Amino acid sequence: MAPFISIRGVGKSYDTFKALEGIDLDIAEGEVVCIIGPSGSGKSTLVRCVNLLEQYGPGEISVGGIPVRAGKELAAVRAEVGMVFQSFNLFPHLSVKRNVMLAPMRTRRLDEKTAEARAMALIKRVGIAEQADKYPGQLSGGQQQRVAIARALAMEPKALLFDEPTSALDPEMVGEVLDVMRALAHTGVTMIVVTHEMGFARQVADRVVVMVEGRIIESGTPDEVFDHPKQQRTQDFLKAVLAH
Amino acid sequence: MDIVKTFFNGPVFLESLPLLLTGLWVTVQLGVASIIAGLIVGLVVALLRIYGPPPAAVPAKIYIDVFRSIPILVLLILVYYALPFVGIRLSSFWAAWMALTLVSGAYTAEIFRAGIEAIPRGQFEASHALGLGYRHMMVDVILPQAVRIVIPPLTNNCINVIKDTALASVVAMPDLLKQATQAQALAANPTPLIGAALIYIILLWPLVALVSRLERKFKAGTR
Repeated sequence: MAPFISIRGVGKSYDTFKALEGIDLDIAEGEVVCIIGPSGSGKSTLVRCVNLLEQYGPGEISVGGIPVRAGKELAAVRAEVGMVFQSFNLFPHLSVKRNVMLAPMRTRRLDEKTAEARAMALIKRVGIAEQADKYPGQLSGGQQQRVAIARALAMEPKALLFDEPTSALDPEMVGEVLDVMRALAHTGVTMIVVTHEMGFARQVADRVVVMVEGRIIESGTPDEVFDHPKQQRTQDFLKAVLAH
Repeated sequence: MDIVKTFFNGPVFLESLPLLLTGLWVTVQLGVASIIAGLIVGLVVALLRIYGPPPAAVPAKIYIDVFRSIPILVLLILVYYALPFVGIRLSSFWAAWMALTLVSGAYTAEIFRAGIEAIPRGQFEASHALGLGYRHMMVDVILPQAVRIVIPPLTNNCINVIKDTALASVVAMPDLLKQATQAQALAANPTPLIGAALIYIILLWPLVALVSRLERKFKAGTR
């Protein structure tokens, strides 16, 4: 079966600095891939290229057979791919419910009633039904991130990109967000998760990809990567993050 | 001669009131015309400054800096007394309008620029990621937030423009202040000046109060 997301020979440089180099990664529909690695290794840059929040070149990324390039088809790609950011990026002037309703109403032309019903179902699913009429600023970080997940789901995406979704959270709120993500992983949605949560990656990922200095140095099942890493640099990285 | 008779002389005030009101009308016309033109100039210049290519952005920046540095009174005198030497002769109203617009446009441009640039990049990225088109992104996400940021300083600027219309009396424009000084001379009594001051306050106080209210509201609102 053709991969749902295909990343072929992708690179990206700022002046002389190579942020990404020779990235090849195929992701099947429904697969959950966690990308780990030291900070500055290009993990975030890579997921941001998948919906073209970052320009890339050389190379080719496609989603559902559609090349990810500036132009008319970009809207189709972005409709298929939801994104959850480290800093939530909720719309502060809209209520929780309105945050979730906005994109379906504007791009899918849903009427207000349908959009509201769907939004409420999603808000309930991420466990914050009682906050629906509040504004983002009135919620905790964990709650905000769960709203952001509901907002991404409202577009009924086939794939979800998570860019360090728990890195900006207080430690006691990490769990509630990971729980929502864990539940999502079982629904068959394709997920690419950039994360520092090794426990989550080990438990939930179908495949773990290790990036260092803009390259993929190792990839495999959680068992292979965490218990039998082949690369010295993977071992060093794991030792450093698992030490404390 | 006691203070009340000198500064708060009822009969003198009533006698000068029609003159003051014609002056007020001129002041309002000049203020509104300058504010509207200043808003248009400011928005265009701000967009050029932020999104324009260097040949447009650099002149926009120079315009903003120059007209924020020059005193309006100096600019007004230049426009009214110096431009005729190069063949441009403006009436006192349009000379004042031009000076006020040029300065207000520069301040307004900075206000708009600050408003747009204050919207975090993440708001644009979230809109892109959700597949919102440029129009929906601006209308539903960016501008509603920018307007909240921009309205209090814009209202402040309006207050300044209306106050600065009084400078136009220097080039003999029959605005509120000019009429008041005229009436003062006629009546040999400064009461009309006090009257003019009161009228300015009555005109501007609601705007000042509005700014405070908006600032409080937006602060308490969503964040």
